[in-house]
Amino acid sequence: MIPASFDYHRASTLQEAFTFAQEYGEDAKYLAGGHSLIPMMKLRFSEPAHIIDISRIQGLKYIKEEDGILKIGALTTEADLEFSDLCHDKYPILVDVSKLIGDPSVRNKATVGGNLAHGDAANDHPAVMLALKANIVAEGPNGTHNIPVDEFFKGFFETALEQHDILIEIQIPATKAGNGGAYNKIERKVGDYATSGVAVNLTVDTSDTVVDIGIGLTNVNPVPMRVSRAEEALKGNKLTQELIEKAGKIAGEDCSPTADLRGSEDYKRSITKELTIRTINKAWERAKASL
Amino acid sequence: MKKEVTINVNGTSYTEEVEPRLLLVHFIRENLELTGTHIGCDTSHCGACTILLNGDSVKSCTIFTVQADGAEIATVEGMMQDGKYHPLQEAFKEYHGLQCGFCTPGMLMRAIDFLKHNPDPTEEEIRWGISSNLCRCTGYNNIVIAIEKAAEKMREVEVETVA
Ligand SMILES: Cc1cc2nc3c(=O)[nH]c(=O)nc-3n(C[C@H](O)[C@H](O)[C@H](O)COP(=O)(O)OP(=O)(O)OC[C@H]3O[C@@H](n4cnc5c(N)ncnc54)[C@H](O)[C@@H]3O)c2cc1C
Ligand code: FES
Ligand code: FES
Repeated sequence: MIPASFDYHRASTLQEAFTFAQEYGEDAKYLAGGHSLIPMMKLRFSEPAHIIDISRIQGLKYIKEEDGILKIGALTTEADLEFSDLCHDKYPILVDVSKLIGDPSVRNKATVGGNLAHGDAANDHPAVMLALKANIVAEGPNGTHNIPVDEFFKGFFETALEQHDILIEIQIPATKAGNGGAYNKIERKVGDYATSGVAVNLTVDTSDTVVDIGIGLTNVNPVPMRVSRAEEALKGNKLTQELIEKAGKIAGEDCSPTADLRGSEDYKRSITKELTIRTINKAWERAKASL
Repeated sequence: MKKEVTINVNGTSYTEEVEPRLLLVHFIRENLELTGTHIGCDTSHCGACTILLNGDSVKSCTIFTVQADGAEIATVEGMMQDGKYHPLQEAFKEYHGLQCGFCTPGMLMRAIDFLKHNPDPTEEEIRWGISSNLCRCTGYNNIVIAIEKAAEKMREVEVETVA
């Protein structure tokens, strides 16, 4: 499978990338890890005339805590997350998700920024970032702007990034005592997209009352989805298995999966419910351990 | 428009003009005639095309050659040093880690990267560690055993390798 011909431009700074982008307009595509774009180009679903390689722009590959915020540079790879001590110690949800993305060799190339910018509801980071209530930082020729994750996913492969924007950073409120997160997905085999995936980020107080909760779903809705009704059912209440069961039931009801090779609509609703229950419990376990 | 690239493969530097759409696996197999790196699926799934790019295992069917400009690449042809097999090659031979051999070069390159991160893995960790690579012959058991045995050996002796 040979992609269509294109011209290749390597940007070494953001400014240089914007200059190329403005010159080539609609005919150009940014390339980061290439593990969504290149497969699409090989299938000729995508035939950009110009590729602007942003993968060597310096200073966009980091995972750090600063001013009460966890900051992840857009070019951070899934393998960087998987092997990060900071993530292992304080953000295990990010280790959960990276380990479930693709396979070990894919993770060496795939970037977190690309995973979000691609705007694919089958990708795993969108649900996680919804659960974590992330802020997405984009930079374009006219400067930087913030996009709350709830406004980021617009439709089928469509995001709130403007034409020449480069997603540069993902910001997540730093974890604190009582906070725990988890991600899990059902996949047919390693490297497959989720049949369903559930991300939960939960904060409880010492009496197990839910202070804050985020729940995001993967691949059971046309766009990555927050389960607002389940979050409302939990927030301010003391966690019990009965309540968790109720939140799971809501997730199964409120998502909108389509039948495909991965299963029927009913099956997907049913595993979304079960996964939600399990993932809330896992997040709760971690939240309690942090108190 | 063609681009000039300089890529170091198994210790030798090559400079060539390539079309930007040339996939790295085709550059390795056709331009350099290093046919140990295989193409199994061409859809980023099977891992037969796995090489080391600056030390990391990657699928060379999902990378453009121009992206590897300036990089160091290792392929299966670079594993043998001073006429001696790498402990992984030795173990694959000894413990029947292959049948037809089609997946083997990719499997070996993946195993090098895996053992770099995890020099003393459990059986389950090895199975997850090679989940990027498909084998249609062995049922994986002997591959897992071979990697386990090679890891033991590699913990004892310092191994010289281009990777
Ligand atoms: C075999 C295989 C299995 C996979 N399995 C999974 C999986 O289970 N779960 C999952 O979530 N993903 C999976 N992926 C996808 C993988 O994680 C992708 O790499 C990721 O979705 C895109 O990141 P990238 O850096 O490769 O982006 P690219 O392919 O380089 O780019 C993707 C798109 O995003 C744009 N883009 C990239 N970076 C930026 C940026 N910083 N700013 C603006 N635009 C940008 C590009 O222009 C392009 O349109 C899999 C991929 C493969 C090949
Ligand atoms: S040929 Fe590259 S993954 Fe199969
Ligand atoms: S030995 Fe034949 S595919 Fe693995």
